[in-house]
This record gives sequence, structure tokens and C-alpha cells, in this order.
Amino acid sequence: MSAVISAENLSLTFQTNDGPVHALKDVDLTIDKGDFVSFIGPSGCGKTTFLRCIAGLETPTAGTLSVNGMAPDEARRKRAYGYVFQSAGLYPWRTIGGNIRLPLEIMGYAKSDMVDRVQHVLKLVELDGFEKKFPWQLSGGMQQRASIARALAFDADILLMDEPFGALDEIVRDHLNEQLLKLWAKTGKTVAFVTHSIPEAVYLSTKIVVMSPRPGRISDVIDSTLPRERPLDLRESPEFLALSHRVREGLRAGHSYD
Amino acid sequence: MRNLLPILTVLGGILVLWYLSVAPMNIRVALDQAERAGADIVPEGSVERRAVPAWRLMADNRDHVRAGYQLDRPRLPTPAQVGQELWKTTGEMALNGRAWSKRSLIYHAWITLHSTLWGFALGTAVGILGAVAIVYSRVADMSLMPWAIISQTIPIVALAPMIIVVSSQLGVEGRGLPKAIISAYLCFFPVLVGMVKGLRAPETSQLDLLKTYDANGWQSFFKLRLPASLPFLFTSLKVGVAAALVGTIVGELPTGAISGLGARILIGDQFGTPLAIWSALFAAAILAGLLVTLLDLVQRLALGRMGARA
Repeated sequence: MSAVISAENLSLTFQTNDGPVHALKDVDLTIDKGDFVSFIGPSGCGKTTFLRCIAGLETPTAGTLSVNGMAPDEARRKRAYGYVFQSAGLYPWRTIGGNIRLPLEIMGYAKSDMVDRVQHVLKLVELDGFEKKFPWQLSGGMQQRASIARALAFDADILLMDEPFGALDEIVRDHLNEQLLKLWAKTGKTVAFVTHSIPEAVYLSTKIVVMSPRPGRISDVIDSTLPRERPLDLRESPEFLALSHRVREGLRAGHSYD
Repeated sequence: MRNLLPILTVLGGILVLWYLSVAPMNIRVALDQAERAGADIVPEGSVERRAVPAWRLMADNRDHVRAGYQLDRPRLPTPAQVGQELWKTTGEMALNGRAWSKRSLIYHAWITLHSTLWGFALGTAVGILGAVAIVYSRVADMSLMPWAIISQTIPIVALAPMIIVVSSQLGVEGRGLPKAIISAYLCFFPVLVGMVKGLRAPETSQLDLLKTYDANGWQSFFKLRLPASLPFLFTSLKVGVAAALVGTIVGELPTGAISGLGARILIGDQFGTPLAIWSALFAAAILAGLLVTLLDLVQRLALGRMGARA
């Protein structure tokens, strides 16, 4: 497997009025093609910052980071990834179909191609038939699925997700986790997923990156031993609980000072 | 039509208050007239009466209170009188084919409307362009905005004659253009402020999203900032069009204009005919109401198509 994203000694320091803040310090990580990598840690541990670095939305102050063998900014220009934010961020004045067309319009896809792609991704997230609805007519979970469809509409191999289900209730979240796994199996994309839910991270990932704050750094990288096929009741298996335990230990180690 | 009852209630309240105010407002004029006609008034003489409060005069001369409602030149005309005057100078003249006569309010309202629309167009254009400059350029933000605010602190009555003088120096014929400029001067500000707020309405994550698509400046303007600003724009336009109308009327006051609603108000004042002032005032209010309603309709249509909740 080839590395899609690789970071070496990556650091990012924000200069603030209260002195420098080390959002990331000496982060080394490799993400292979087809991996599902979760980033978990308390707030301020730099997980979102790391994702934004990959996306070229933040610029690291030291170290190297490559995405698809390019600098992140170049990869962004080549539209290497789809990004899903915590809030669905659908444009209220566009229909669901119109929202999914947005990246396609910006990237200059042909009209006929757009129609096919919108239908295809709506089916992927099980929203077929909702194309002409406006966002406010959909539930929060459906809106988030539409925003995932929007990130899938163009041909990016990488999917970056920043706590996409953080604002949803547990029942909806379980359902969406299951759907996301199916979608990942179907599309074979490389996924980087930020979360602060241990079960979510363990259930979804092939690799779990545990991070800790001040300075933001990686405290543990866990390769999942779970099979690729994951029914929801897998979460009561001893293997799952063992993995969850290790993640929890990692989080606790990062917090030893308080 | 659920709104009709409260609206009618308020309207009824205003009418009652108005009719009640007519008596004390007009009592002195009514008594002066009655005294000249030979009636006995307590106290005698208009100079003596000046020291007496209106309620006292009304109590002592009950027979003459009614006369205050039928004066030719009342201090405060009754709503019915204003309505009659309005009808005489609009509908009746139109029926007689004299809608464009110089005595017709339709003619004067048209003159004012014409300048208002030009001023509104000019003010809106300046407001929107200014807002775009302010949102996209830090220099414009720091330099333009303070001037825009200062501009609104200068009384337009003081500025209007200067604009007339300068434009006539520059060889501009007629009052149409200077009036439009004065009106635009009042109208651009709400549009500017509303549009700055509207163009800045998109959240950071929405702007970041466009960055992940590598959208260029034009795309992020036309696909995000502009549509996001439309609800703000329509609200500002409604304020702006009313301001434009006020601007035009003010522009007609100190400039010696002889046509337009502002000129009617001024002439009515100079010739002591409050009825003419009141009917011109109502014509202006009706005109403003129509313009705002029209914009509201356009807003509903536009935002409805953009998925706004009914």
C-alpha cells in the first residue's frame, strides 16, 4: 500500500497575544491508500488543525507534509479531497441537488455529467428523491448526509471529515456510522475522520490516532484488529472493548497532568 | 387577513385622536372668524384670547367648537377634509382629463417619483459598489466607511442648495439631476450598511468550503456572498427607497422648485393653505407606501424562489 498522506516532524505554532500556541508539535504519521483513519483526543489536541493542514487550509510552521505526493496546497488546487465540516453548511437558497452541484459548477463539469453525478451520490447516501427539497425541509442527519454527498460528487480519492456527526444524537449517529462504512467499502476512498467519540473511532477505523493537547501531539497509533465487515453488534465483542480500552488509556496518558 | 383587525384598530385609534385634536387646534381660528361675523365670544378680542388655554375657550364658547371642523384654512384639517382635497387634486382631475395639469397632485407626484427612482437607482448602485469595495479591500474598509458615516451627519437641507449651485455651474440643465443626487445621497447609506453586513454574512466554514474547491474570487462572490446578502439587500432597499423619496422632497424644498410634492408643501406653507400641505404630505406617504410594497413583492418572489420558508 502506498502512502497517500505522510507527515514528518510536522509542527504548527499560532502566534497569539498570549504568546505562541503549539497546536501541533513533531507529528509523524502515514496514511495509506484505502485507510480509514480516525483522530481522537480532547479539544485543543490539534486533530482539527491537522486535518486543516492536510486540506491546505492551514500552513504548518515546520516539518513536511505531502498529500498524494504533493504539497497540501497543490493537492487542494488539484481538488484531491472532499471536506465535510461539522456543520452541514448547505446553502439554504439551493436545493439539495443544487448544493451537490455547487462543487461541480465551480470545477466546470459538463451539465449532463452533473445530472448523473448528483443522482449517483444521492443514491450513495440514500437520499434519492430529495434532490428538489430545500435544506430546511430535511432533518439534521439528512442534511449531513447531503453534505457528504456533496464531498463525494467530484472524483477526489480522499475524504476529510471534521466531526461530521458531532452535533447529531446517538441513534442517528449509529445509523450514519453504519452507512459511512458501507459507503467507504463501496468507494474505496481514503478517509481521515476527526471525532471525540471512542466507540465511533473504534467502530469505523482501520487506524486510530490518539492525540493529546498542549502541545498538540500524537500519543498513540492503534492499528485496528477488527474485520472489514462490521455489523453494529460487533461493538459488544471483547475485541472491540479491548480496542476501546486501549484508546481510553491513550487519552488518559495524555491527560496525566490534570 | 388575520392582520386586518389590529391594523384597522390602530387606524381607528389614530382617526379618533385626530378628530379630537381638531377642536382645540382650530378653536382660536374659529372664534376669530365668528367674532368677525358678529358673534359674542368670551373673552372678546383675539389678543385677549391668546392668554387663555384652548380647553377654556372651548368650554366658554361651546356653540363655536363645531365651526372648527368646517374651516377653509384650518390649522389642522380633518381627515375628511384632507381626503376631499386629495380626491379633488387627483381622482377628480384625472376623471376630467386634467391629470397632468400643474394643479394636479398626480403631476407633482410623478415629478417627485421620477427623481426618486433615479436617486434610488444611483444610490443603490453606489451603495452596492461601495459595500463590495469595503468587503474586499481593507483599505476601503478603513477609508470609505468613516466617510459614509460622516456624510449622514451633515444636514441634507444645508447640502441641497450647494448641490444645486454646483450642478448649475457645471452647466446641468433643470433640477432633475441635482434632485436625484440629493436623493441618492440619503439612499445609498442604508444600502451600503446592509450590503456590507450581507456580504459578510457567510460563515468561515462556508468560505473554507469554497477554498477546498479552489474556487476563484468571482465564483465565491457570485455563488456565496451575493446570494447570502440578498435578504439583507432587500431590507436595505426598502429603507433606501423611503429615504430616496424623503431626499427628493427635501431637495425640492430649498431650491425654489415649482413642481414636485416638496414644492407643493413649500408653496402651501407660503400661501397659508394647510390643506395643500396635508394633501401633499399624504400623497408622499401613499407614494412611499406603494414603493415599499412593490419592493416587498419583489422580495417575496425572489426569496421564495431561493427556498425561503413561506
